[in-house]
Amino acid sequence: MKSFEYTIKDSLGIHARPAGLLAKTVKALDSEITIKKDGKEVNASKLMAVMGMGIKCGDTVTVTAEGGDEEKSVKLIEEFFEANL
Amino acid sequence: MTRYSGKGVFGAVAIGKISVFTRSDVKVKRVKADDASAELMRLKEAEKKAREQLGRIYEKALKEVGEANAQIFDIHIMMIEDEDYNEAITEMICGQGVNAEYAVAVTGDNFAEMFSSMDDSYMQARAADVKDISNRIIACLSDKGAVSVNIDDKVIICADDLAPSETVSLDKDKVLAFVTAYGSSNSHTAILARTMNIPAIIGVGAEFLSQIKNGDIAVADGYSGELIIDPDAETIAAAEKRQAEDAEKKQLLRKLKGKENITLDGKRVNIYANIESADSIGSVILNDAGGIGLFRSEFLYLESTDYPTEEKQFKVYKRVLESMGGKRVIIRTLDVGADKQVPYFKLEREENPALGLRAVRLCLDRPDIFRTQLRALYRASVYGSLGIMFPMITNLWELEECIELCGKVKAELDADGIAYSDNIELGIMIETPAAALISDKLAPLVDFFSIGTNDLTQYTLACDRQNPRTERFCDTHHEAVMKLIEMTVENAHKHGVWAGICGELAADTSLTEKFLRMGIDELSVSPPFVLKVRDAVRNIDLNK
Repeated sequence: MKSFEYTIKDSLGIHARPAGLLAKTVKALDSEITIKKDGKEVNASKLMAVMGMGIKCGDTVTVTAEGGDEEKSVKLIEEFFEANL
Repeated sequence: MTRYSGKGVFGAVAIGKISVFTRSDVKVKRVKADDASAELMRLKEAEKKAREQLGRIYEKALKEVGEANAQIFDIHIMMIEDEDYNEAITEMICGQGVNAEYAVAVTGDNFAEMFSSMDDSYMQARAADVKDISNRIIACLSDKGAVSVNIDDKVIICADDLAPSETVSLDKDKVLAFVTAYGSSNSHTAILARTMNIPAIIGVGAEFLSQIKNGDIAVADGYSGELIIDPDAETIAAAEKRQAEDAEKKQLLRKLKGKENITLDGKRVNIYANIESADSIGSVILNDAGGIGLFRSEFLYLESTDYPTEEKQFKVYKRVLESMGGKRVIIRTLDVGADKQVPYFKLEREENPALGLRAVRLCLDRPDIFRTQLRALYRASVYGSLGIMFPMITNLWELEECIELCGKVKAELDADGIAYSDNIELGIMIETPAAALISDKLAPLVDFFSIGTNDLTQYTLACDRQNPRTERFCDTHHEAVMKLIEMTVENAHKHGVWAGICGELAADTSLTEKFLRMGIDELSVSPPFVLKVRDAVRNIDLNK
């Protein structure tokens, strides 16, 4: 299991567009990606659940990759967060 | 004649017949369905159809409103594919033995409810997206096909609200305007209307729909946000006049867009735009301005309830610089005073605010506020071609202090390992007679001057421009003002500095030739005037 912490910089938080892109990106990976905030946890491939977390600008989330190519996945997703959120 | 008012989201005027938009109302009934696998099969088929429809809408939107606005339909497709959403529907079909329509409707409502109960207005607005996709699936289940309107004539579409997919699905050539009872200026429909150049009025209130009918003649004024039913001859004439002016502007645009700002004898001048907020960039680009000659940073402070953070400012400056794609962007540092009150600044009341602690004086008095803005500007500078401009300079030492502060900010950023551009231009507003008179001393310290003719006129002629009683004493073409402008340009050029005008006189085409003869390098005007000034420049012959 690999994970990283990230503080959201996008002023709208995790809104529809990046959540959609994230779900697409995650579905192409072998490992399972989860996003955790304040004890709540969702699978990053579930668009509506991710949006439903209401993650705002300035919130810090923990992103975890488990299974398959977790090493590679966690790096890729970290880059995704840097670029889109 | 009846008037309804809402909020105009795209400035243009439409005159025409009303068409009340009604959805092919799909009533969903709970029906017992014993064969769950047959219902699941129907659901699958309907979802496939819905996705195909959305794919076509996406393509249409891509062509008409661009990728950024089309993306929402891609997201709709993904929402239809969402695991949790499908699981909930499937569970209802299998567990409760209900028909697919009912399961989709209930699930859609539940998810919409989840969004609308969130404490974030952006997420609340997403409830509409969930309802939109659910209705689409239900329409596909009942084989109604796509929601569509058949319009024969050009009409003003009136609706309670329009889903983004409904807005895009309408035949653009037949829509004169959109008027909706609800909606916010951030809704997709408002954004799409702006992109499609269709006048739109939102938030008119629910009652208007019951008082209008198909075929009513109306004027929809996207400038004022008014919908006027059954207008009298005078109102129609005014609306037609406005349309003619818009048409003239459009024609000017077609004729002059992409053309150079060059006189008949070959002298070039830069024509830039003045803007108040980052939202006006679209209009800057539309009107083909060569850059931004004055970006008033005040709005960042005025619209805020506390000092805007460095991060917030940085984002706005970055966005403006990026949007202008390397073209020059001149950002004026904070220009407020006791006349433009910002409550949290807690400025003391002044007897004479125009002559008081304002603009750069206030910034030098409160260097911490100034420093935050300068840091944000320097950090953003790597994203384009930035000029920083200080307003209301009267003394040489003020400019020296500003430059010193810039040096400190650069040193701080160096220490933090944060990048900034080496090509930032520093300049000042020449808007006091004092600055014009010592422009020979100021020029060696800057890269440019921008003459703010509004304040320069006011301070030179000792006339408040807002006071109607002094109007006849306030001659904006006064020789004294012209002499100060000429002197400023001359002193700028002696020191290899460029000089522009960013006040209202820059758009006064009766003076364009005079300014060009003085050697002015740039005229910065509000976006709708860019092409008018270009037209004037292209008809001037300085050899004559």
